[in-house]
Amino acid sequence: MSQRCAVVGIGQTKHDTMRVDVSLNGLVREAVDRAMKDADVSWKDIDAIVVGKAPDMFEGTMMPELYLADALAAGGKPVLRVHTAGSVGGSTGIVAASLIKAGVHERVLVVTYEKQSEGNAMWALTVRMPFQQAIVAGAGGYFAPLIRAYIARSGAPADTGIRVALKDRQNGLKNPHSHLAFPDISYEMIADSPMLWDPIRYLETCPSSDGACAVVLASETAARRSPGPAAWIHATAMRSEPTMFAGRDDVNPRAGRDCAAELYRHAGITDPRRELDCAEVYVPFSWYEPMWMENLGFAPEGQGWRMTQDGVTALDGDFPVNASGGVLSSNPIGASGLIRFAEAALQVRGKAGAYQVDGARKAMGHAYGGGSQFFAMWIVGNEKP
Amino acid sequence: MANVVKSIETPLSLEYTHTAGRAPTRFLRGMAQGRILGQRCPECRKVYVPPRGSCPRCGVATDEEVEVTGKGTVTTFCIVRIPSDALSVDPPFTCAHVLLDGADIPFFALIQECPFDQVRMGMRVEAVWVPPAERKPSFESIRYFRPTGEPDVVVAREGRE
Amino acid sequence: MRQVAVVSFAQSPSVRRETDLNEVEMLMPVVHEAVARSGLAMREIGFTVSGSSDYLAGGPFSFVSALDAVGAWPPIVESHVEMDGAFALYEAWVKLQTGEADSALVYAFGKSSLGDVAEVVTLQLDPYYVAPLWPDAVSLAALQARAFLEASGKSERDLAAVAVRSRRDARKNPMAQLAGEWSVEDVLKDPYLVAPLRRHDCPPISDGAAAIVLAADDVARRACRRPAWISGIDHRMEPHALGLRDLARSRSTAEAGERAGVGRAAVDVAELHAPFTHQELILRDALRLDDRVPVNPSGGALAANPLMVAGLIRIGEAARRVMEGDATRAVAHATSGPCLQQNLVCVLEGGR
Repeated sequence: MSQRCAVVGIGQTKHDTMRVDVSLNGLVREAVDRAMKDADVSWKDIDAIVVGKAPDMFEGTMMPELYLADALAAGGKPVLRVHTAGSVGGSTGIVAASLIKAGVHERVLVVTYEKQSEGNAMWALTVRMPFQQAIVAGAGGYFAPLIRAYIARSGAPADTGIRVALKDRQNGLKNPHSHLAFPDISYEMIADSPMLWDPIRYLETCPSSDGACAVVLASETAARRSPGPAAWIHATAMRSEPTMFAGRDDVNPRAGRDCAAELYRHAGITDPRRELDCAEVYVPFSWYEPMWMENLGFAPEGQGWRMTQDGVTALDGDFPVNASGGVLSSNPIGASGLIRFAEAALQVRGKAGAYQVDGARKAMGHAYGGGSQFFAMWIVGNEKP
Repeated sequence: MANVVKSIETPLSLEYTHTAGRAPTRFLRGMAQGRILGQRCPECRKVYVPPRGSCPRCGVATDEEVEVTGKGTVTTFCIVRIPSDALSVDPPFTCAHVLLDGADIPFFALIQECPFDQVRMGMRVEAVWVPPAERKPSFESIRYFRPTGEPDVVVAREGRE
Repeated sequence: MRQVAVVSFAQSPSVRRETDLNEVEMLMPVVHEAVARSGLAMREIGFTVSGSSDYLAGGPFSFVSALDAVGAWPPIVESHVEMDGAFALYEAWVKLQTGEADSALVYAFGKSSLGDVAEVVTLQLDPYYVAPLWPDAVSLAALQARAFLEASGKSERDLAAVAVRSRRDARKNPMAQLAGEWSVEDVLKDPYLVAPLRRHDCPPISDGAAAIVLAADDVARRACRRPAWISGIDHRMEPHALGLRDLARSRSTAEAGERAGVGRAAVDVAELHAPFTHQELILRDALRLDDRVPVNPSGGALAANPLMVAGLIRIGEAARRVMEGDATRAVAHATSGPCLQQNLVCVLEGGR
């Protein structure tokens, strides 16, 4: 019943604080044109388009798939627009993959983006809704108490977050699409950067970026027409849980654990740490690396920080995490999830350039959103599943 | 050569009239009276403060009203060092998850009357209300939480059922 | 392709302004009813997907709190589109086709009363050249109505007839908001709102929620005595710029209808998502439904128009007729965007 699905083209923009050189259409087309060129396809080869992005308020355009229809040559095609908060880039990829797995279409264009500079993202993220508690402390203020709880539970060394940030920022220097690039980045620079929401420092935090990521997915038959190596989707999974409920573990959420467990099961993986070669994991605040290492089953509970401290997750480590520089380097919110998925695909296609993980054959892409409640993940490999 | 137009600013303003909903209305009216009202789920029996008219875990309507005192325990917290639009408090200040006695989910709260770096998990705190004449149907009727001086308690780890 | 059917449908009564209940409180009984009617337990349902809009709700991430209505514990497989629930239903149909789930809960909710909805949807337009001029939804619809009247030779009287029939039929629908007996003469006496449209040619402003449960193969047969099988479903987009398309015709509806197989056999009833009277005539033409096919016995969007829900309701109403044995073959249509820019068509059949 389920057809094979491959990633045959990937395109990203140069992510930046403000891409004033392009309109919304221009930003999206930069990524789309690159993806289609990579896949060697033209507009007539695209059967359907799935657009994903975070709240419309970020740009001030409601249901932008309607407006983008012209730039995306969508006339006569089916178009969907997914919105699952921060995980949206990932879930958009999964919805698109479903279209091919179901045998409905042969080739689907996935388009994710955020042009946060066009609106006021800070306002949009924390707009004061009446009858609700004021979000006094911003997104970091929401996650910092959870990080503090993780540190208390695990006894992790206090500089674990700094080491994650250092690694991701060093990796980001090798990625031409990165928004942030600190050529002089050092441990001290991060440690000395202003503390925002204790224990999160400025340089341990993701930026707010303009950017887009597009991917061309194809069925097994259609994939033959594209020249480059394909990244075959071995499994996809999504899980959601409520934002808050009595007894919720929001530090190590079950939705993430269940999502990963299903993912590995479908991919035929029993020892993810050994059977996967690398991972692109959604880490918007440094400490989320050790936390997600545990949530994803790469490390036993309470031990995720060892992977960071021991250099396991470094580019030249045993299990590189965020070789691309991750969300800490670029964060166009609507695209970030798909960027993780795409970067995993780049690795197994051998096209990650300066940050290529040697011999990467199977990789995971991970995205999360909301109050650590929405999870979307996929595993790609250089061989057919 | 004429100036090239590279961008356009289009101010956008929309007005919305929101509805609180039944359960939030009960809660907010309680706040105006200096009372903290929650709801108990008929299935799992857990108490939600603020109440939402439904139990997110069981997906059923919640009706039974439960009043809790303003006393509780800090389960986790963070020290905010950047100014907040929503508060007139200068950074650094501490925000905490406070598990009110009798409630089963934490309440997000500002901690004051305590050096910001002495807030700790397990600290006992109580609500400080604005004077009765100033209370409104709003979360802002509680100004902040302050330590009670009681001995700390051990915080049970969330998620252990 | 797997055989997928609608096995239950529930909706809240559409009202002008729901001031007592918030969106979650409004949605919850609807979800519970749809699940209860499906015969499946909530825990059994393999996939959940919803449709709603942040700009309609006046706040970001507005769909997140709706999850409370569903009881997402243990964690569920769940997704969301920022579109009418009809497109969420499409995503659910695809999911069932992959074999990864055998049943799905689809829901949609929206309060059009919170803001000035005709202004809010202006934000759907090209943000550089068109939206800053703030053309509201009624004015755009009037543009299309004018183009249609001139091209088709139909008259304002024909539009009034659609309005009268819809509100008359709505009297039999306890969920409809705008129901009553008016005559065509009554309607034509009203002044124009935005010429050539009068108040009667326009939809009411509505708050509401709806839910549908889909199931595949034997799960559907066990759930429901007479499932409404989806024999075809398709959707198509048209260019955005109004000048790039023929507003008097709905090319995308015609194409979606063809691919969904509307013309393969006789249609007993159609529920068309036409918030404006002239649009019903455009859609009828596009789907080649002649006068013998009853359209919108529910009263349609002219009787109740909760944005983000009205399209899903069309599918639910059409399915209901099949499930209740009043129709063997029904067509449902949903639209999105200014002047029918994007359209979905679904064919439902009973007795398979």
